[in-house]
Amino acid sequence: MAAAAVEKVFTRNFDRPSSHTLTVYRETGGYTALGKAFQMQPAAITEEVKKSNLRGLGGAAFPTGAKWSFIPKGSTAPKYLVINADEGEPGTFKDRYLMERDPHAIIEGMIIAARAIDSHLGFVYIRGEYVKPWEVVSGAVKEAYAAGLLGKNIQGSSFDFDIVVHRGAGAYICGEETGLLSSLEGKKGWPKIKPPFPAIKGAFGSPTIVNNVETIAAVPHIINRGAEWFAGLGTKTQGGTRLYSVSGHVVTPGVVEAPVSVTLRSLIYDHCGGIRAGHRLKAVVPGGSSAPILTADEIDVTMDADGLKAAGTMIGSAGVIVMDETVSIPEALMVVARFYAHESCGQCTPCRESTGWIYKIAHRIVEGKGRKEDLDTILDVSKRGAGTTICAFYDGAVGPYVSYVEKFRGEFEALIPHEA
Amino acid sequence: MADPRAPVFTPEQLAEVRRLQGLYPDKRGALLPVLRLAQDVFGYVSLEVEEYVAGLFELSPAHVHEVVTFYTLFFQRPKGRHVVSVCHNLSCHMLGAKSIIEHLRTRLDVEVGETTADGRVTLLTVECLCACEQAPMMQVDDRYEGLLTTEKVDRILEGLR
Repeated sequence: MAAAAVEKVFTRNFDRPSSHTLTVYRETGGYTALGKAFQMQPAAITEEVKKSNLRGLGGAAFPTGAKWSFIPKGSTAPKYLVINADEGEPGTFKDRYLMERDPHAIIEGMIIAARAIDSHLGFVYIRGEYVKPWEVVSGAVKEAYAAGLLGKNIQGSSFDFDIVVHRGAGAYICGEETGLLSSLEGKKGWPKIKPPFPAIKGAFGSPTIVNNVETIAAVPHIINRGAEWFAGLGTKTQGGTRLYSVSGHVVTPGVVEAPVSVTLRSLIYDHCGGIRAGHRLKAVVPGGSSAPILTADEIDVTMDADGLKAAGTMIGSAGVIVMDETVSIPEALMVVARFYAHESCGQCTPCRESTGWIYKIAHRIVEGKGRKEDLDTILDVSKRGAGTTICAFYDGAVGPYVSYVEKFRGEFEALIPHEA
Repeated sequence: MADPRAPVFTPEQLAEVRRLQGLYPDKRGALLPVLRLAQDVFGYVSLEVEEYVAGLFELSPAHVHEVVTFYTLFFQRPKGRHVVSVCHNLSCHMLGAKSIIEHLRTRLDVEVGETTADGRVTLLTVECLCACEQAPMMQVDDRYEGLLTTEKVDRILEGLR
């Protein structure tokens, strides 16, 4: 447990009693970044976020400042800021911690971002199952209104901004930003074809920025302490620390804050106490269930977006699922395949059909009824469908389909009867 | 509980509907929150509730039906007084979700998706609830219960009336 001292940014208040309240947030410098931001030109705020190398922490790792700059200049249409709090990627739980323990960082980040993109109405889209996070965020929004931090003429700045806390109703696909916008508009959560991107035509047909909870919570720190400081915490292409959700067979599962340059080995062994006693590491899913799996000898990789990309996988939502030797990879594939089959929204044929098909195949393999062509069928169906759908959901499903079979093929073959 | 076969909101509930509709640039944005309100008031979202809500939004009942059937948190049939939803996704699976589900099926004497004969508990399995650090875990009505053992599940069930 000899984790090197890590600068705490997102988690600095997590262990403080009543960290979710305005009083405690203010005691630790809360809402001072807002005062600074009101002294800055909106374009300068975006520029600062660009220089910080902050990249989206929900899954796609898109540069946040660049995203903001896509809002059409001089557009008189209303612009919306939407926070994606529809946390749903299997293996991820860090946004729940942020909402429950530091909701004012989200609100302060939203006001600053709203000023940067000239938005006067923001939404926090919280997954429907998250009752406590919804209660805490709603309470914090109320506090912020009462303190004059939301509403009209915030702190005498002549800037107006309102926040609506919106609850989802159970659908993984609503974590996909255009699916989320469909849902926010009172429809089923079907993703939309891009372009137009949300920054041009998003919620209710207006320019919209969608940012993840953790991404927006980083903004006050960047404004307060400067882009260079934040960039310096990370790698050349991605700034900051971030929150890793670590679960599975480690000694101390939980949310870990570490620089984006931390290695997967260090996360598991230094930050989470290593593998539970008497067991050994078998495999790790490094970025939520959609990230291709890594074997035990592939964990000397850095956990930034580009480091994992180079290792043939992805950081995604930074949900790290650690598996010891007790895990059957074919069974794990069946579990994730069931998930993708259940959550496919049904809009695109390759995804709708293949997710159900591959679940059926994985299920029969686990039951000892696999056929000798099944593994090649999984690979073929996966690779043909990848890249052909409206959103990234199916590509995310292909991550586990292909990597589990290719890296653990022998384990699958052992379950398939020889005469099949 | 108000009658889901002949749904009518009270004036206070209607005022809440109008308030919710006023929060969005297009009142249709309030459809999910209003359906949630309707489910709380009427117990579940019957076809009659869908038609009633459609009327409040000047939407077709077909649109509302499409929305209701898309999301897992809307119930189209009466549910138990309590809903127990066990996560069966990866981390929970690896840490024993299967045995928790088996235990609940036996103790409640229902299959997954069913409600006990006395209307006390509906048992569901669900995809990741994003509390994997507490695996295996489940949602019991509004709260998360984690680090489950069969003994802990029994204690939780005893608290459900």
